[in-house]
Amino acid sequence: MRDMTLEDLNGYTGEERTLTYYDGFSRKIYLVDREVDFPEGKLIVSSTDPAGIIIHTNQAFVEMSGYSEEELVGEDHYILRHPDMPAVAFKGLWDTISKGVKWHGWVKNLRKDGAYYWVYATVVPNIRDGKIVGYTSVRRKPSRRKVEEMSALYKTLL
Amino acid sequence: MAHLMTISPDFNNKYLPGWFVFNTWLQKNFGEAIHLEIFDGFESCRKAIADDSVDIIYANPFDASLLLRDKGFLPVAHPSARPDEAIIAVNAKSPLTKIEDFRPGVRISSTDDPEVNMICLIMLEPADLGATDVQFTHRENYVLVAKDLIKNEVDAGFILAETFNDLSPLIRDQLRIILKSQIHVIHHMFLVSPKWADKVNALQQLLCKMADDEKGRGILRDIGVSSWDASSKEEAEFMVDLMDTLMV
Repeated sequence: MRDMTLEDLNGYTGEERTLTYYDGFSRKIYLVDREVDFPEGKLIVSSTDPAGIIIHTNQAFVEMSGYSEEELVGEDHYILRHPDMPAVAFKGLWDTISKGVKWHGWVKNLRKDGAYYWVYATVVPNIRDGKIVGYTSVRRKPSRRKVEEMSALYKTLL
Repeated sequence: MAHLMTISPDFNNKYLPGWFVFNTWLQKNFGEAIHLEIFDGFESCRKAIADDSVDIIYANPFDASLLLRDKGFLPVAHPSARPDEAIIAVNAKSPLTKIEDFRPGVRISSTDDPEVNMICLIMLEPADLGATDVQFTHRENYVLVAKDLIKNEVDAGFILAETFNDLSPLIRDQLRIILKSQIHVIHHMFLVSPKWADKVNALQQLLCKMADDEKGRGILRDIGVSSWDASSKEEAEFMVDLMDTLMV
């Protein structure tokens, strides 16, 4: 996963930050104060291996994330991690799905161009012969009320 | 003794004769005696599945995921470039113009097709509405759903996109689409019971070559399919995982 560059922002102005992930990896990112609306009627679908490495995407995921399919497949799912999302939210997600349980939540995602989009996400562990072999996630358009509610809540958890 | 084939009861009635022709073609080309049984609803179809009476099924994604996971059915093929999509429609004169206009207590007409209902409930998410926030009226078919809308007896209807497109212009012109799903990755699937494990490859090859000649293409046209693509175990498992993720 490379550092973001100013060229990624497509002419927008962004705030430079350093983001450190759960495994200690850090990269430079830019945050653009621009929300991209979730397209009506679409669902973002992706699958990862048990370690969270993306193995499957759909076209809606490519469009919304701003990354190409080639850039997404093989990458850690936390490439989408927005610094406005508290670590405790992701801990809750991983604690839940690693036990083989479905998880739902509202997530703010960082796009390749530094902008963001909100989703209502569902993540399900894929279990074969009693073993977790990966995770499937579907993201749908959230309600504005929940986005505002969760946005305010997440600020208190950072 | 003939094997039993069926199709999920969400099929468009106009294709019913075509499915009997398809079955005749299948028997002749596959060399197996197959009886096509058409169930009058999801309940009777699921009962037959539970009784292990069904050997071959063209299933909607909801039923396919249950069959693959719980009954060990095997994937064979799926229709090319024909994903399942759903529509939320209103009366053409309705004051509702977008999903966010929907309020708790909204009256919805639908059939008992679990796939369409699931997709449409997902599309209600931006209005902060779930299954418990709406008042459902269940109808036997989508024509009756459309009539509920035209008579203003409900606020919106959940309709399979393919069936909406097949409604007569007279009916369609009195309706308006609020939202159409664009999921692209959910589709019906041709499945066989585990008893047919040794026949899967041969059946798959036969179906995937069906569109190679004019006769095959004609039979396919009469069931609303352009051609078949082979379904792999991996694709089937992805569909099961996806359906599991979508079920609220």
